[in-house]
Amino acid sequence: MKAKLRAYSSIFVFYLTNLIFLNILYMRIKVQLRGDNLNIVISNNSNLPIYEQIKEQVKTQILSGELVEDEILPSLRQLARDLKISVLTTTRAYNELEQEGFITSRQGKGFYVMSSGSDLIREQLIREVENNLNGAIRAAQRASMSNDEIISLLRLLMEVENDG
Amino acid sequence: MTDNYLELRDVRKRFTGFVLNDISFTLPKGYIMGLIGPNGAGKTTTIQLILNMLEKDAGEILVFGRNNVQNESRIKQDVGVVFDSSIYVDSWTVKDTEKAISIFYDDWQHDVFTDMVSRFDLPHGKKVSEFSRGMQMKLMLACAFSHNAKLLILDEPTSGLDPVTRDELLEILQDYIKDGERSVLFSTHITSDLERVADYITFINQGELFFTGSMEELLGKYRLIKGRPKDLTVTLEKSAIGLRKTDVGFEGLIGAKEAAQYKECVIDTATIDDIVINVSKRGQRND
Repeated sequence: MKAKLRAYSSIFVFYLTNLIFLNILYMRIKVQLRGDNLNIVISNNSNLPIYEQIKEQVKTQILSGELVEDEILPSLRQLARDLKISVLTTTRAYNELEQEGFITSRQGKGFYVMSSGSDLIREQLIREVENNLNGAIRAAQRASMSNDEIISLLRLLMEVENDG
Repeated sequence: MTDNYLELRDVRKRFTGFVLNDISFTLPKGYIMGLIGPNGAGKTTTIQLILNMLEKDAGEILVFGRNNVQNESRIKQDVGVVFDSSIYVDSWTVKDTEKAISIFYDDWQHDVFTDMVSRFDLPHGKKVSEFSRGMQMKLMLACAFSHNAKLLILDEPTSGLDPVTRDELLEILQDYIKDGERSVLFSTHITSDLERVADYITFINQGELFFTGSMEELLGKYRLIKGRPKDLTVTLEKSAIGLRKTDVGFEGLIGAKEAAQYKECVIDTATIDDIVINVSKRGQRND
């Protein structure tokens, strides 16, 4: 009798944990479906036009992995309302992001984050690395560092980064 | 139904001493358009022509793709209006207003009205005449929303409102167009309100259409140019709009493409206010 009770209760606990697990999973999916993982802050004093600010921030969050592949973005009108900006501005930002291969639109469903492994995004990342390194090289030249010095500094920094 | 909720083609109206000349613009479904211009430019006249409160001399006005005069009563079922002062009888309360207004609409939703009144915190005991400017505006909005208007026309809704209420109104308007099925035409001279939320701008100056198109296009078209007196060349003086010269320098508006060649001058992005001010100054100079 006792053994039977124990068996029942363990089945019950098993179901309960499953239920909780599924619930958590469902909530996570729901969060993703709502498209509220995107964070955008618009500055009025920025030199960049508002649509550029949106583009920059979406890109940064895709490249940093805060926005993941297939994640849905807020709708054009929702974003316009939340940021108190024109629908045409959000439309321009999303359209340009789509042209640049960061996001993709699915008919009637909205805009989604493209795979961050896609070639375009990788290319964009490599270009960013190039730009930053070019900046570093120019700064090094102003400080009259030799090529070897630059390279060994880079090695040192990468070792520190990898250790961290 | 057409995707353009409002279309004006070469609309003309002549009064003694004022002519509204060949006004044309199009407001597509799902967007907000700002109607701007200095006082006396013809903004209210334009709105009154759309609502058939004035008879036009020439041109064509289509609301939801239909002639605004022939289909007036049908169109007005779907149009909400907010004017700069209360259009209701002073002694009415919120309840009286609903009773009086609702009979004109086939599709009056009492629940929506009740919701709106409580959302806007409108007092039930007070008379319309005792309402503040903001409350009167909200009562007109509540009525417009309650008959499910697809096109909202607001004439100077923000004048006389404090910044908090203005901000609230902009949020309400953005909520209103969120489903993409409704449009707003909004005349104002407080353009900072518009700078962000308006998708399209129609700029009327002294009865003439100066610009109609997207906000971004208008802002991208002009730059503010500033410089020392010696930087002011003859060509620059000719091409600058609303030029203001002082002993220490000058300031004016210039086409964005031309701006690039004046490297000695300071080139700033122009706000809607800058554009309106300089363009209306030019108008006065030509008189």
